[in-house]
Amino acid sequence: MIAEILGNGYVQLGMKLGVLMILLPATLALGWVELKIGAHMQARMGPMYPGGFHGWAQTLADGIKFVLKENIIPKNADKSVFSMVPYVTMLGAALIYVVIPAGENLVIENLEVGVFYVLAASSIGVIGVLMAGWASANKYSMMGALRAAAQLIAYELPLVLAAAAVAMMAGSLSLVDIVEGQKQIVLAGFYIPFLPFQIIGFVIFLIAATAEMTRPPFDMPVAEAELITGAFTEYTGIRFAFSLFAAEYITMIGLSAFGATMFLGGYAPLHTALEFIPGIVWLLAKTGTILFLLIWIRWTFPRLREDQLQKFAWKVLIPLSLVNIFITGALKLTPWI
Amino acid sequence: MQGLIFLVVAATSGFAAVRLVTNKNLVHAALYLVVTLMGMAIIFLLLTAEFVAWVQVLIYVGAVIVLLLFGLMLTRAQIGKTALDRQQRWVAGPVALVLFGVTAPVLWRFFDGRTISLDRQSGNTEALGTEIFTKFVLPFEVVSVLLLAALVGAVFLAKKD
Repeated sequence: MIAEILGNGYVQLGMKLGVLMILLPATLALGWVELKIGAHMQARMGPMYPGGFHGWAQTLADGIKFVLKENIIPKNADKSVFSMVPYVTMLGAALIYVVIPAGENLVIENLEVGVFYVLAASSIGVIGVLMAGWASANKYSMMGALRAAAQLIAYELPLVLAAAAVAMMAGSLSLVDIVEGQKQIVLAGFYIPFLPFQIIGFVIFLIAATAEMTRPPFDMPVAEAELITGAFTEYTGIRFAFSLFAAEYITMIGLSAFGATMFLGGYAPLHTALEFIPGIVWLLAKTGTILFLLIWIRWTFPRLREDQLQKFAWKVLIPLSLVNIFITGALKLTPWI
Repeated sequence: MQGLIFLVVAATSGFAAVRLVTNKNLVHAALYLVVTLMGMAIIFLLLTAEFVAWVQVLIYVGAVIVLLLFGLMLTRAQIGKTALDRQQRWVAGPVALVLFGVTAPVLWRFFDGRTISLDRQSGNTEALGTEIFTKFVLPFEVVSVLLLAALVGAVFLAKKD
């Protein structure tokens, strides 16, 4: 695989740089969208002034503010571990994009084990959170990191099992094959994605992804009211912006694109008559749909309690995802699919 | 090129492995273990065993190390810098040497002079799955029963108090 990446030349290098260059502006844009949607759901206006039109430059201004702020490392902190955290969290977030296909051949690396790779990459970030909590030498940070680790381990399992059911449907772990598998069933010209067969899996995926990103209603690790932003309490300036906000939004876009590919058909068009619209537009539209669902969830549900969260993962989601795998197996055996 | 990458990765993970045992700070040691395990994942990638490589990342880096750090942070490693050393190098050293002395000759004899073709078939997920669930299905089941026993044991121990 390494040899292939090196051998594939400038096109792939360009794609990689392109993805990296798009990621940060996309983070800022998503931040603004989230502020606006959240505000309107609560009958507020949200940011209105920066930049003129509906405060579009709010997150840009926030970003500049973060860059200009002083970068403080606490005196008792473990300095090397403390300053390594933003790299670890960003690495886990950015690796996801390698395998998301925007077209049958438009993918940075069509890994044979793409689904598995995404899950493995997204699990790296936990280490960053634990490092942050421990290195800060602050009991709130520590508490937040422990909560985060317990939560991420608990919700990783339903995520993996939900993804396993989709892989069973497609009979492959490659994301390109999974999208092609969703082009098989055509009803009156409409491509039918896995969503109707995997509705349980999709709901589990949404819940587990929200928990993996420690977004409300699963934000106990950063609970502002109790833990003053948990593991990242001691972080300031650009380190804070990268290890908390950028990592969260980049993971959010990445997991949404992953979900769009797995359940909504990724780059496949909705209807055979709409084939002329390029795949990347479909992928972005479907990713946007999932992003909106995630933002909607965030601003609608109240926060859970720590024990409720663990019970929900182990006693509801995991058994449910096992049932889902069983149903998927039964579906695979029915002759008409 | 692959040889060069192998050298760099092997040197890095070797260095991390040495630091892992010589380090006085337990959490640092655990983080060096992350580097070592990631290095091994890259070596699996170089051998075109993609599935094994990502299993290594998902299970070891994503779960085992996290559990390890979790346990360390909850119990032993106080916040900030504390040296924790049980002074058991005299026991640990010989044990490690014996293990090395047993495994190294076996690996040497088995792989000496062998060339393994690195076509993508050998590390193929499908081939691996077929092997595990046909040829090695009994060992696989035995291992899962073992894990189940460990799980039941853990529940029993936790129930007591």
